[in-house]
Amino acid sequence: MPALGADMDEGTVLEWLVKPGDEVHKGDVIAVIDTAKAAIDAEAFCSGTIEQLVTGVGQTVPVGTVLATITEEAAPSAPVAPAGRGAQKRPSRPKAPRKREPEHVAEPSHPLPTISPLIRQRARELGVDLATLRGSGRGGSVTRADVERAAARPQKAPAPPGGAERRIRVSPWARRVAAELGVDLGRVTGSGPAGSVRETDVRRAAASREPGPAGQAPAPSQAGRRPPTAAAGPRARSAAERTLSMRQAIARLMARSKREIPHYYVSTTVDMTSALDWLRGRNRELEVSERLVPAALLIKAAALAARQVPGVNGYWTDDQFCPAGAVHLGLAISLRGGGLLTPALHDAADLRLPELMSRMRDLVIRARAGRLRSSELTDATITVTNLGDQGVESVFGVIYPPQVALVGFGKILERPFAVGGLIGVRPVVVTTLAADHRASDGYTGARYLTAISDLLQKPEEL
Amino acid sequence: MTPDQARHAIGDAVAQVAPDADINDLDPDADLRDGLELDSLDFLRLVEILSERTGQRIEEDDYPQFATLASAVKFLAAR
Repeated sequence: MPALGADMDEGTVLEWLVKPGDEVHKGDVIAVIDTAKAAIDAEAFCSGTIEQLVTGVGQTVPVGTVLATITEEAAPSAPVAPAGRGAQKRPSRPKAPRKREPEHVAEPSHPLPTISPLIRQRARELGVDLATLRGSGRGGSVTRADVERAAARPQKAPAPPGGAERRIRVSPWARRVAAELGVDLGRVTGSGPAGSVRETDVRRAAASREPGPAGQAPAPSQAGRRPPTAAAGPRARSAAERTLSMRQAIARLMARSKREIPHYYVSTTVDMTSALDWLRGRNRELEVSERLVPAALLIKAAALAARQVPGVNGYWTDDQFCPAGAVHLGLAISLRGGGLLTPALHDAADLRLPELMSRMRDLVIRARAGRLRSSELTDATITVTNLGDQGVESVFGVIYPPQVALVGFGKILERPFAVGGLIGVRPVVVTTLAADHRASDGYTGARYLTAISDLLQKPEEL
Repeated sequence: MTPDQARHAIGDAVAQVAPDADINDLDPDADLRDGLELDSLDFLRLVEILSERTGQRIEEDDYPQFATLASAVKFLAAR
């Protein structure tokens, strides 16, 4: 059982997506795990063949418990230290988030943001799983033709001869979801191993029988979002339980942060004139779907600045500061039912703005739909909160242990601002940093904020 | 587009962006984003859906027209 965040001490296996004998690759989603905060898609730590599923569906076990064993392949090109038969999948230590190599950044779940609602609608009508599609459109976007081609492809598992009674393999969680949604399992086409029915299949079946004209039924991206009322959609925990457990998880982590981390705070006011002018000029030429929001510039600047000032990017573990090699920016995303998640935007400093924007949109959608991947919950090296959207001028955050800094952006406001001896009205944003005084001093924090401010004066270089 | 159609289009778009919200509960003259608790990404998606659905290009300079439900209906209906 991996620690999906420093605040997690146990988890429940909701669904296995693999069975013994299946070949898996590092980064593949192999199980769905329920945590206090959300149901998470758990990824394999290594490549190999599933030997045994040790922890059964429905079992709640402490962090560190073996969930499954994977026999690693004797890969000739990439020898792995603990290789050999029966090598166990070791969970990362709770307090030391696993560092990921950039090439493993989860791409399979990223096509979401570049799919228009109309295409989603079409995909749902045809029962095509968008997650399995490779887009042929611009920037890898999925086109209508891709969807229709996928629908025309023959099904992997043909119906048994004679249409005789078939034994349906259904995961317990899928069964429960089916019961709650009133889905007849006999009519669901399974996409799991050996045609077994998974939770996603049930949801797709439920969605496809929804009547109503196009546009009235929620798009698939939203269909997965679990509404805050228990009656409106099934979930691993009831809405009330989730609200409570989420609150308790936040309470534990934030109390630990304030108990252990000596926070210091610095703040500066950043002139956003050039950034917003540039953004306006750029957006004017683009379709709505390709437009950037100011938050994308702020987040990119925060990521690049973290690379320039590595003293704020990393973890405090074993009584010392361990700088992180990459910049995985945690984004504080508030959930509509209350509470928040802080999934990581992997390698944020390397993403070009349009890519960063679509990843950001994708993360928000999946965070709210409960479809985050385990690496996204464990990899953040520094976190950004952008409460500006809620209209406040500044926000001083509480650090997520074991990280050592949290950046806060307030609302972009027009304020009197002096430049070159002249006062004018300019858009400005109050930018703050809460940092761990064990890991760095105020001087480092000040350099970090100055770096952000400088970067935002040259938006075309972001 | 009639005001009724515009309102219907907005209702559908809101249902996608914020499934838990209902525009029938909204004060037509109150701030739309505050009322629906939309962040800037949600708002962008709302505009995107409306733009696709109505076939109207909505410029960034038009965003202030979406400050309230009433002004948004008026804006879409005027096209």
